[in-house]
Amino acid sequence: MRWTRKHLLGLEGVEREEILAILDTAAKFREVLDRPVKKVPTLRGVTIVNLFFEASTRTRMSFELAEKRLSADTLNFSASTSSVKKGETLRDTAKNIEAMMVDMVVIRHSASGAPHFLTDHIDGSVINAGDGTHEHPTQALLDLFTIREALGDIEGRKVTILGDILHSRVARSNVWGLNALGAKVTLCGPSTFMPAEIERMGATVTTDLREATADADVVNILRIQQERLEGGFLPSLREYARLFGVDAARVAEMKPDVVIMHPGPINRGVELSADVADGDRSVILDQVTNGVAVRMAIIYLLSRVRAQERVEEPEILAEVGL
Amino acid sequence: MRKIILKGGRLIDPATRTDDYIDLLLANERVAKWGEGTPVDEDTLVIDVRGAVVSPGLVDMHVHLREPGREDEETIESGALAAAHGGITAVAAMPNTEPTIDTPAWVEYVRSRGTAIAVYPIAAITVGRGGKTLTEMAALAEAGAVAFSDDGSPVESATVMRRALEYASMVGRPIISHCEDLNLTGSGVMNEGFASTMAGLRPIPAAAEEVAVARDIILARTTGANLHIAHVSTRGSVELVRRAKEEGIAVTCETCPHYFTLTDDDVRTYATSTRVNPPLRSAADVSAIKVGLADGTIDAIASDHAPHSIEEKEVEFDAAPPGLIGTETLLPLTLTHLVESGTITLGRAVELMSTDPASILGIPHGSLAEGSRADVTVFDPDWAWEVSEDWFLSKSKNSPFIGRTLRGRAVLTISRGEIVFEEPGAAHRAGETHEEGEHHAAELSVHA
Repeated sequence: MRWTRKHLLGLEGVEREEILAILDTAAKFREVLDRPVKKVPTLRGVTIVNLFFEASTRTRMSFELAEKRLSADTLNFSASTSSVKKGETLRDTAKNIEAMMVDMVVIRHSASGAPHFLTDHIDGSVINAGDGTHEHPTQALLDLFTIREALGDIEGRKVTILGDILHSRVARSNVWGLNALGAKVTLCGPSTFMPAEIERMGATVTTDLREATADADVVNILRIQQERLEGGFLPSLREYARLFGVDAARVAEMKPDVVIMHPGPINRGVELSADVADGDRSVILDQVTNGVAVRMAIIYLLSRVRAQERVEEPEILAEVGL
Repeated sequence: MRKIILKGGRLIDPATRTDDYIDLLLANERVAKWGEGTPVDEDTLVIDVRGAVVSPGLVDMHVHLREPGREDEETIESGALAAAHGGITAVAAMPNTEPTIDTPAWVEYVRSRGTAIAVYPIAAITVGRGGKTLTEMAALAEAGAVAFSDDGSPVESATVMRRALEYASMVGRPIISHCEDLNLTGSGVMNEGFASTMAGLRPIPAAAEEVAVARDIILARTTGANLHIAHVSTRGSVELVRRAKEEGIAVTCETCPHYFTLTDDDVRTYATSTRVNPPLRSAADVSAIKVGLADGTIDAIASDHAPHSIEEKEVEFDAAPPGLIGTETLLPLTLTHLVESGTITLGRAVELMSTDPASILGIPHGSLAEGSRADVTVFDPDWAWEVSEDWFLSKSKNSPFIGRTLRGRAVLTISRGEIVFEEPGAAHRAGETHEEGEHHAAELSVHA
């Protein structure tokens, strides 16, 4: 197992061994979550700020729970309650956090690259909890964890990601992560939702749902956002559902043991029908549970790298009589 | 006024088809006749420029000097000094200031700042750059506007653009078009391609520029007017201009150093100094720009010098304003990435940075013929040096080239017979000794 990174900004360039290190560590924390006392003292004294500049319920809750399960001290800072609305820059917000001696920052931001910006201005570790349409590495890692849990392995498996690839940071992180672990990735969706030259990331691209899913081991379905209609990407949600919506009839044409995933929140009846979302092929709620374990693993691994940097810490503790 | 003799340099002057080791005499603000019998009196400054190239003063036909309005970022004076530092003796200043340069009084204001080098105002095409009402082009031209442009934004209405071309043609000045279809740009912030897909930054397709280039070329054909296309950045635009020129349409165009030195891959660091409009394009576009520069499709290299304060640029990539500073690195980047690499000759480089832009704007620059204005750039083409933030004289420091090693730069800039920039440590007054370690290929020494 090897992990030497200080930050987790994305899965681009993250190697197979590093991803396996996270998944293996997450498996241990996953066991903790099944215990009556779901908490370990590992990160006592470590302070983590959850910096959410974009609305998020599940990711923020998942991170907060992961931090609490590790006994870290957590602070939540969200755009609606922060000074951002008063015109403070991200730089000044970062400097203020820095001045509070925070060890780690979890950031969600609508601007791609905002986590990279933070790393230039603060000393602590930075975890990207989703930046613009760039990456959402922790979501991809929990997807990988869930696939491995469901299928036993990832190497050689065919994974289809379906929907709005253009605006999806989840899709991008998944492609990097799946490729690192040797999966065969297919991207499927309307042609207006395909980013330029996406195939160069290492994926087969198609607009044909049947072709994309016929022999897929996993179908990961992305959320379609209402506001995309206004951008002229789609004529209507009904037309989208007709071409790309996954319902029981379409699942019946897939492999009998296909794994259905969705990063949530689901638009029931648009990209995914209720019976499939709640059906026996769906691992959507497992994804949510696993998300906490995977985030615990990431926070733990990054904090270990930080702890090793601060070799003088025991001496400081001794000085203050601890 | 003192006479100046530049002695021992390689004189390159495309206007007179000269590329030879010829000494140059400057007297009474003019290039003077120089012969065997010319007396060297005590008023004559003899500068030894062996190892250096002597060219007509460089002309940067596209700069933003931010005055009036954003004097914290640049002023006409600081912009002129920075340009002189880059070997430039004439700039054409875009009118997208606050307020817009759209009245004769503002043209007069820009023109009469009394700067070290010549500053030529470009006036707006439409009032307030609003895209609706044409400016009083005849009065503006009379006040000194050398061209018209709404640069920073396109003239969206094809009808207004058509009228502008017709009217400017009557006044005898070119229209400089910022070619961009804003609908295709949308909220995009970088070039559309694999790099934007990986970076997750909202894409601007090449078509956003090319659709507008095609439209304006068609309008130039319709009107017969002189059209100059600003900051050409894509392969498709180069092809459109090439075809238009073959058809005999009166179109000229410029590109900028960042379009033949950087690609959209450089944006992947999210460094806001790489945010510029048009955006940095693909490697294939860079190659096509180079071909266009070599084959004459592209007529000029301009900096599109766009100073921005650190407060504006030290933000998320999406929130940063587009633009980078460029007057000071115009010559070094051209020498390093076009001449050094063998894409174009030194003579072609001088044409692109001096002779041709001067001719497009119809200004008395870009020639060292006898009787020409004594604007001269002396540069050392071999000097390898590293760009540092401190080196810039511009009030703003938003350059993506900081930290890069370039080859060649200006060592002496003369405007109207006056030395407006000389490289410290490069020129040596008579009686001074050379300091050890200060040597490089072009050692200038001056004898009074």
